[in-house]
Amino acid sequence: MSGAVQTVLAPPAGPARRAVRDPLVAGLVGLCLAVAVGLLVARPAPYLVNALGQLATFAILAVSLDLVWGYLGILSLGHGLFFAIGGYVCAMHLLSHGVAVTGVQPDFVQFMGWKSLPAYWAGLDHPAYALVLALALAGLVAFLFGLASFRSRVNGVYFSIISQALVYVAMLLMYRNDTGLGGNNGMTGFPLLFGWPMGSPGVATGLAVAALVALAAVLAGTRLLVGSAVGRRMIACRDDETRLRTLGYSTTRLKLGIWCLSAMIAALAGILYVPQVGIINPRVLAPDLSIEIAVWVAIGGLGRLGGAVIGAVLVNGLKFWLSTAMPEAWPFILSGLVLVVVLVLPNGLLDLVALRPRPNWLRRSR
Amino acid sequence: MTGLVIEALTVAFGRFTALDGVSLAVDPGEVRAVIGPNGAGKTTLLDVISGITKPVSGRVMLGDRIDLTTRSEAEIARAGVRRKFQKPSVFPALTVRENLEIGCGPAVPAGARAARIASVLGEIGLRPRADIIAGRLSHGEKQWLEIGMVLAAEPALLLLDEPVAGLSDAETAQTAALIRALRRPDRAILVIEHDMDFVEAVADRVTVLHEGRTLYEGSLHGARSDARVIEVFLGR
Repeated sequence: MSGAVQTVLAPPAGPARRAVRDPLVAGLVGLCLAVAVGLLVARPAPYLVNALGQLATFAILAVSLDLVWGYLGILSLGHGLFFAIGGYVCAMHLLSHGVAVTGVQPDFVQFMGWKSLPAYWAGLDHPAYALVLALALAGLVAFLFGLASFRSRVNGVYFSIISQALVYVAMLLMYRNDTGLGGNNGMTGFPLLFGWPMGSPGVATGLAVAALVALAAVLAGTRLLVGSAVGRRMIACRDDETRLRTLGYSTTRLKLGIWCLSAMIAALAGILYVPQVGIINPRVLAPDLSIEIAVWVAIGGLGRLGGAVIGAVLVNGLKFWLSTAMPEAWPFILSGLVLVVVLVLPNGLLDLVALRPRPNWLRRSR
Repeated sequence: MTGLVIEALTVAFGRFTALDGVSLAVDPGEVRAVIGPNGAGKTTLLDVISGITKPVSGRVMLGDRIDLTTRSEAEIARAGVRRKFQKPSVFPALTVRENLEIGCGPAVPAGARAARIASVLGEIGLRPRADIIAGRLSHGEKQWLEIGMVLAAEPALLLLDEPVAGLSDAETAQTAALIRALRRPDRAILVIEHDMDFVEAVADRVTVLHEGRTLYEGSLHGARSDARVIEVFLGR
């Protein structure tokens, strides 16, 4: 196609235009909100409500990884760490809240022979403080790790390996029973959420709706970000960091900022996940789980936000179904999916959409 | 006035000395060509000026005050230095216009960018291609876009690393005209090139590097009749 024709057909580039011209993300945001309304109106079976809520938190986690991997070229194999920080702080809040209301100490406190929760749990029964602490802690850990890595220009596979080591170290730490965070059994038996009994259908629906609304907000927010001038710098940094630096931009600051944002989004996913499953333990810090997040994103399609959601929902939906139907086959199916994506669909399942001719107005969107 | 003064610059990679005490001064308003056989240290020289490589010793002064060897790449760029790389380095996933927008640099306010981008689009002749993804441009168009990106910041020192490599004769002539048009009293331009006709068309003076040392400095005409230069270029 000649340049002149394309120029006439393509609307002028601009942040707002770009955000609107992403029908995939717009559709997914609408779908999340529609499902949330559907849950409130139709009240389906508790199992389905819970599954949808969990899928939404996995999708948030996948979007957080796609933000740094797809748009900055930073592959984190340790995003489970930030998810776990959110999850652990949320669990601490739920247990503190339970103690404040019922007066019964959690199992692990009794098991360790302590009288009460350790001092650093103070104040965590306040939900606002717990929320701020979870996000701030994830942001701080990401900041320190990111500062050390990006300043010394640790990139590519080296960064991935170090991020993997970080999550592994955190797992070893959390397996210790004397940390006051539940040790190898983790934390469970949350009695109440904001004063409501945890097992009630209303709480399950509320949590699932909150997760879906959060997913919609995260998708819309990240899409606006990547469509802005900052997003164009991110893409520029991903494709040629030296070129961007020699044009006067501090790529360290750019990467650090987005990296911390991504960690906080992952922590948000963890916060929403833990009350829905009712447990957190050091298993969420296992390296293979962090690798799996990257698999979701790769299967769905890297660098399009919507692809991350599709990948996370598809893989985890399959996992929910198959881990009950034929649990021993799951690792083989997951590996098979990865092989298909690597060999046939290098840009993930969204390649399937690209295989048929696209209307002109879609051509330029990535 | 901000010219470039390089004093006794030495760069080593392990035991290999890429630059060995090179001194060089480019005046404001001057177009200087650096020529020399492969491995002479030309690209290393640009790497040091743009902050990608740090020297063992020596200074690179921009104007009277700023020693570039102590600054990061981004600080050097913000001081008014821009470099066009040998391999056309544009951002392939962004449009021509978006590439130029980033090229303006972080200091230019958003309101002033549109006018500057429009004028650069005219200078590099890519106005009809402004909303094309840069990855779809031809090799020559990418070269011009990258020149446009470094131009958009209105640099005081422009470094061009083989701007006509891989271009057709017609494109080379167009690029020479473009670079002549970039000459300004307050701008120093340093260009590395193998194409002697191109050098003759754009450069005021040439510096010949050989094995990390300055072999000759002066007019291209003089270089062509210098016995040492002839020996290096034609072989022993």
